[in-house]
Amino acid sequence: MTAAVDAPEQESWFHRNQQRIAPWLFLAPGLLFFMVYVIIPVFQSFNLSLYEWDGLGAAEYVGFRNYENLYWELYDRDAFYISLKNNLIWLILYLAAIPAGLFIALFLNQTVWGIRLYKSLFFFPFVISQVVVGLVFTWFYDPTFGLLNEFLGFFGLGPLNVLGDERFVTYGIIFAGLWPQTAYCMILYLTGLNAVDPEQIEAGRLDGAKSWRMLWHIILPQLRPATFIAFVVTIIGALRSFDLISIMTQGGPFGSSRVLAYYMFEVALSEYGFRMGYGAAIAVILFLIMLCFIAYFLWSMYREEKGH
Amino acid sequence: MFPKPIEKQPRAAQITYQAMLPLALLLWLGPLLAVALFSVKPAADFTNANYWGMPSSFEGAFNYGQVFFNSDMPRYLLNSFLITVPTVIGAVALSCMTGFALGIYKFRSNIWIFFMFVAGNFVPFQILMVPVRDLTLELGLYNTKTGLVLFHIAFQTGFCTLFMRNFIRALPFELIEAARVEGISEWRIFWYVVLPLMKPAIAALSVLIFTFIWNDYFWAVVLTQGAESQPVTAGITSFNAQFRAAYQLMSAGSIVAALPPVAMFFLMQKHFIAGLTLGAVK
Repeated sequence: MTAAVDAPEQESWFHRNQQRIAPWLFLAPGLLFFMVYVIIPVFQSFNLSLYEWDGLGAAEYVGFRNYENLYWELYDRDAFYISLKNNLIWLILYLAAIPAGLFIALFLNQTVWGIRLYKSLFFFPFVISQVVVGLVFTWFYDPTFGLLNEFLGFFGLGPLNVLGDERFVTYGIIFAGLWPQTAYCMILYLTGLNAVDPEQIEAGRLDGAKSWRMLWHIILPQLRPATFIAFVVTIIGALRSFDLISIMTQGGPFGSSRVLAYYMFEVALSEYGFRMGYGAAIAVILFLIMLCFIAYFLWSMYREEKGH
Repeated sequence: MFPKPIEKQPRAAQITYQAMLPLALLLWLGPLLAVALFSVKPAADFTNANYWGMPSSFEGAFNYGQVFFNSDMPRYLLNSFLITVPTVIGAVALSCMTGFALGIYKFRSNIWIFFMFVAGNFVPFQILMVPVRDLTLELGLYNTKTGLVLFHIAFQTGFCTLFMRNFIRALPFELIEAARVEGISEWRIFWYVVLPLMKPAIAALSVLIFTFIWNDYFWAVVLTQGAESQPVTAGITSFNAQFRAAYQLMSAGSIVAALPPVAMFFLMQKHFIAGLTLGAVK
């Protein structure tokens, strides 16, 4: 009998507070996973960067020595600053995917027969893995049989060993990366163009706006949400560049194509021994660079949320 | 429509456009088509430096047969599926709930938890690498598919939550209020009212996450080692080491490895693009 009396009592407490408790119950599993695997590791890495640790024995507290070593390049000559410089080159050149994607989107935004298939096929490079993109472009650049040199040879130029030359290697890899990234930006803009207000275009046409002015003053402002997303994914993609470098050059020749993401991996898990603390310090620096952008993205989202 | 529809332009422009389309496509996919050509050539063509001519014989069946019956490739492909499918299910399930919690309920920390998911989704992998590898080692899951799956679920929950929450925000809130007036419990509202409306979002996310996880390379290298647990992205490097300089086999292997997400994209194109471009239009 008591159970029968107690049960509705409990149920009603839960019932009364249901709307306050429910969100936390729904959040619990996802939040737990995300905390354990993403949020806490970020702080652990910060902590680890103050230690020297080979991954097996005891970790030794060394304060900021890992950062000093990076700053003065005491361990690896010409590694940190070259990686940093390459990261900057990646960041800047990768942004070319945005106008390139817009250009292709404008080219394909027609309604001729079979255009849907064309759009899908242009999007293709984004779907295949970066590992395959890396292999494809390694062969594309190959000095003995690559398509690039066949092409240059046609004009009596070359041969050019893009991936074996310190001057060109980073640009060669970025070019490979631009291929899928441009496809991504293209699809964002194609969707955006679909939603452009036709009345405004007509009004612009009546005012005699020419193509370029029309694009700049009427179309681009309406494509702002697409541009914002394209910007976000391109920046993130540029700073995450790892797969292509690992597949195409492994940071070579002589470390000239390393970026921080690859350098960190090499330091922490290389065949020459594990330097976890030192690697963590590199990761922290990469994280801080990313944090500037993350803060900006969140700020934009926050303003958007408040606007609603 | 912008640019001006080609049908309304002079005949010459129309013909130029129609002719340029296939040419542009050929140029755009050139590097990939080259690999496809390599994959049907016999080995002799490469020793005779016949790289770009017609294949002296069509060896597609033999080359792909080698990949499927004479290498670890089927193993890697199976691993990829066994990693990708559970991740998709796990991440989508978790984010349906987190998205529901953040999209429907108003509580003070709501926006901060949401931002935490978004920010976490953007962090560089390297800052997670050492602690996640350690955690996986401690759990005894290093070099297992489970270890990889658990991490992927956790990390993808960030992006999926962003996606689901925004999707749920756009649903008519009156539905939920009406259900509450009827006295339906919150769990039942989630299960019977909201979840059925989320089908398009679930489809879009599933296709996207499938592609992301299938194509993951970094975590495969960090958390797994051998043929028994490595997915195809990591396996292809060992595959290429095994068939060094056998370009026809390496090409065939690359194509096989790239195919599943491509097939997924073509079968589920509408959902894929809807997922990718969420937020690209106001």
